[in-house]
Amino acid sequence: MQSKGLLELASAISSGAVRVVDLTFTLSPDFPVIVLPPEFGQAAPVRIQEISRYDGRGPAWYWNNVTFGEHTGTHFDAPIHWFTGKNLPNNAVDTMPAKDMIAPACVIDCSVQAAQDPDFLLTVPIVEAWEARHGRIPQRNWVLLRTDWSKKGWRDYSNLGDDGAHTPGPNPAVMKWLVEERGVIGFGTETIGTDAGQAGHFEPPYPAHHFLHGAGRYGLQCLCNLDQLPATGVVIVASPLKIQNGSGSPLRVIALVSST
Amino acid sequence: MIEPIKPSRRKNPLLRTRLPASPPRPRSRMSHGFTRAAAEGRFMLQRCEACGAFAYPAREACPSCLSAGLAFVDAPRRGVLLAETTARVPSDVYFRERAPWRIGLIKMDCGPTIVAHLHADCAEGAAVRMSLQLDKSGQAVAFAHPEAETPNMADDRQWREMTADPKFRRALVTNGRSVIGQEAVAALKAAGAKTVFVGIAEPWRPFAGEERLRGQDGIEIVTLDAADEKSATDVAADIGGKVDILVNTTEYVRPGGLLDRRGTSIARDEIDQAYLGFINLAQAFGPAMRTRGADGINSSAAWVNILSVYALANWPAFGAYSASQAACLSLSHCLRAELRPGGVRVMNLFTGPADTEWFQTVPPPKVAPRVIAQAIVSGLRNGLEEMYVGDVAEEIRQRLAANPKALERELDR
Amino acid sequence: MTISLRRPYDDVVIAAPVTIPYVRYSIESAQWWIGRALSALVAQAGIKASDIDGLCVSSFTMGTDSGIGLTQHFGICVRWLDTIPLGGASAIAALRKAARAVQARDADIVACVAGDTNHVDSFRLTLENFSRFNQDAVYPYGAGGANASFALIARNYMRTFGVTREDVGRIAVAQRANALRNPHALMKAPLTMEQYLSARPISDPIHLFDCVMPCAGAEAFLVMRDETAASLGLSAARLLSTIERHNAFADDPMQVRGGWAMDVGELYAMAGVKPEDLDIVQTYDDYPVITMMQFEDLGFCNKGEGAEFVRQHDLTIDGDFPHNTSGGQLSVGQAGAAGAYLGLVEGLRQVLGIAGPTQVRNASLALASGFGMINYDRGLASGAAILAGPSR
Ligand SMILES: [Zn+2]
Repeated sequence: MQSKGLLELASAISSGAVRVVDLTFTLSPDFPVIVLPPEFGQAAPVRIQEISRYDGRGPAWYWNNVTFGEHTGTHFDAPIHWFTGKNLPNNAVDTMPAKDMIAPACVIDCSVQAAQDPDFLLTVPIVEAWEARHGRIPQRNWVLLRTDWSKKGWRDYSNLGDDGAHTPGPNPAVMKWLVEERGVIGFGTETIGTDAGQAGHFEPPYPAHHFLHGAGRYGLQCLCNLDQLPATGVVIVASPLKIQNGSGSPLRVIALVSST
Repeated sequence: MIEPIKPSRRKNPLLRTRLPASPPRPRSRMSHGFTRAAAEGRFMLQRCEACGAFAYPAREACPSCLSAGLAFVDAPRRGVLLAETTARVPSDVYFRERAPWRIGLIKMDCGPTIVAHLHADCAEGAAVRMSLQLDKSGQAVAFAHPEAETPNMADDRQWREMTADPKFRRALVTNGRSVIGQEAVAALKAAGAKTVFVGIAEPWRPFAGEERLRGQDGIEIVTLDAADEKSATDVAADIGGKVDILVNTTEYVRPGGLLDRRGTSIARDEIDQAYLGFINLAQAFGPAMRTRGADGINSSAAWVNILSVYALANWPAFGAYSASQAACLSLSHCLRAELRPGGVRVMNLFTGPADTEWFQTVPPPKVAPRVIAQAIVSGLRNGLEEMYVGDVAEEIRQRLAANPKALERELDR
Repeated sequence: MTISLRRPYDDVVIAAPVTIPYVRYSIESAQWWIGRALSALVAQAGIKASDIDGLCVSSFTMGTDSGIGLTQHFGICVRWLDTIPLGGASAIAALRKAARAVQARDADIVACVAGDTNHVDSFRLTLENFSRFNQDAVYPYGAGGANASFALIARNYMRTFGVTREDVGRIAVAQRANALRNPHALMKAPLTMEQYLSARPISDPIHLFDCVMPCAGAEAFLVMRDETAASLGLSAARLLSTIERHNAFADDPMQVRGGWAMDVGELYAMAGVKPEDLDIVQTYDDYPVITMMQFEDLGFCNKGEGAEFVRQHDLTIDGDFPHNTSGGQLSVGQAGAAGAYLGLVEGLRQVLGIAGPTQVRNASLALASGFGMINYDRGLASGAAILAGPSR
């Protein structure tokens, strides 16, 4: 690409010809985190502690100490996060190729189904039907599952029952298929986790994590504003914090959308 | 005969809130033998180990035989009120504001005479039952009660200065997700608390017993994650001026000590929840409580911590947890000192393993959450500072006093 | 153990009664007041300060000073020194010690001085810091101070012996009548029994006119041998006898008698007089009920007859039992430790015939008593002395 094209992109963003959609939740202490049985290690919740606020602790400045687990808020999963990706090269957020942080995306709208069934699962036929309308998913694209889950209150968002969470996600077959047959660069959801709430009972358990990371691909979760994206013609900028040997991180996820 | 107290009316916003004053505080070092007794609700006097005579006030030598062996021992509580007076113009601000104030001289059946605060139903020439209480400056004082129960006894004006009775007060139970928290809410309501605020962290997570709290009269759920600075500050901004009794029911129990755990993330959680949570609550609610210590019938009155008795002696099976509790115990002494100018007492309940999920594999006896809740109310009503709830806690206390090394070795098994 | 008979005081005399007129509040220090008293002693006796070779001081408000600091402060070099912290018993105790010092020739001229200042807050601070037992076991109970402690004693005494407030009030009313003749008394208005009875309660049964008014002031006198007084041309009174007792009757559950009752026989025997021989009596009147107790314990009547005694006698200057002729602490004011000296110094003036407007005609034999230190539940210290004027 000539540098002219890059500048054209910048001026298109500036003029609004290319819309910038923020797909990120505010990182805050009250945002729900993944619930694991308490005997396991837990994600540290987000904590924001004031260092000073134009006061005796620092008269002219305001700043905070922030702590959080790698998998809190809107966040990125690197291949090293899952055992299936543990031996891959460049599998952590600090070593992953920077060019993987910018890639096109296909948005599959399943909000109607998810509204009817919190345990709704994305399947190969559903994706094939989507392809019939929008064309085949190109290699190295993100697939983003729109469920409008991000619009719910926190309790319904987590939707925890005494048998675990009930939130939508992909079934094992579609994950294997997207990775192997479509070569996706990653899979993104609005829910807590790229997998469905009940995915621990699937075969294999947590298929999104299993297949994505086993193949060196990525996950994005706790996304919002997917309803503002078209099915195709979207470019995602998702660059996690460069944490040494990190398995993921909260991040700002930006979508570029052509207005025309 | 005591007139029952009435619930306070809404505050007149035109009136300045009366600031707390403290009764006279200086005491001799020996006199703190009474402080120790009062903290636990015991009635102790010095008794000569050589001649058996009881002595009062606190002495360094026996007035009967000059022996230095004057040990504080549990003493008979009965005495007779010889004479009383009502101080109407005391020289001290605290008493001046509370005048007229009634005191008397009691001849104890066991010998000494004691100047004491009088319950209004004590009569000259009649028998009284003595107790040691902590006054609003946190120091021990003698208090004389009528020998038999009288109507509305607990509503006595001078007695209420010595206690933190929940009646008509507003309480905050900081963690309502736990059974202990829920039992505490119920017990405080039953004890006449006007409102019980109950903190729920991560309200998106359902929890057992939720229906006991939601929609109940006089129970208000607030979103409170004590371990989150902002959450504590936000809740305090809403209700900080209405919390008369704060019951810190933070509960974060995980097994394990040092070598069998990897890393510090669980320890961090323990510190985050128990220790930093304590700090967040103290910084959020403490200042208003300290200011409101003399704010009428529903003045701020007490801060309650529920601590593991293993705060006093490490139990390696729950070694890191024990350490987090020890940190909280130390912090409670700091809080006590800082709340003292407001006349707000800090009560620590020490419990053995409670009958809750994290002590599931620990053999009995275990403390039922309801027993802990009842102890909270009883401690508040009697103005205590330290309570040992259940057999395990009581045993640990005694073993610690007897031989800390023996306890250390025996906890390691 | 038998108590041996004490040696008489032989030629010990007391001279130069000094009172520095009291004020309600003073911005001066206790040292200032004591300095004024020493200066007045020297002036009245016509001696130089360097003639004083013994010093005895009492004060509640000297801060960290004691007698030793005052020697340098006032530039006096002494060979006998004492500081007496016995509150209302300080004057009698000082007199006793000074008397034996001059008798044994450890010193020739002993100045006995008591003085206190009264800043706006000093009374409260004195109450707070009075004693360890008071700090531990009294002051935290209503902070009523001495009023509350004496209220308990008064209530018990009055109930036990059927004493009414009116009985007690006779003492206060009579003293006010005396005070109206003393230009230095702080109380200048007459006091009727009706006013006494209707006064506001302070700590039942103690009411306003049962209480002394704290103030600033100083009192002093000189103790020497007769020969010294004669060589100075000083009019002096002889010391006939004294008693002193501390922590008496510890087994009484409540105080209904003071230590005088243990020693009163010796007081009169040593002086060779009987109670009815006395021309004037100066009791320690921190509360009138304590005065009533002294009438009993000092042998003017039996225990329990104090009320009847005050009903039967006129306690004013012109009465049949002249008592606290200056008006006493109740009407003159209580200048801290100087309150202990008030009666003794007034008694000395009386027997020397120099009491001026309060002078009792032909007074030559006086008794003065002291009482002090309500350390816990009772006054611990008591003392008394009998003086004879030159005319006797
Ligand atoms: Zn003994």
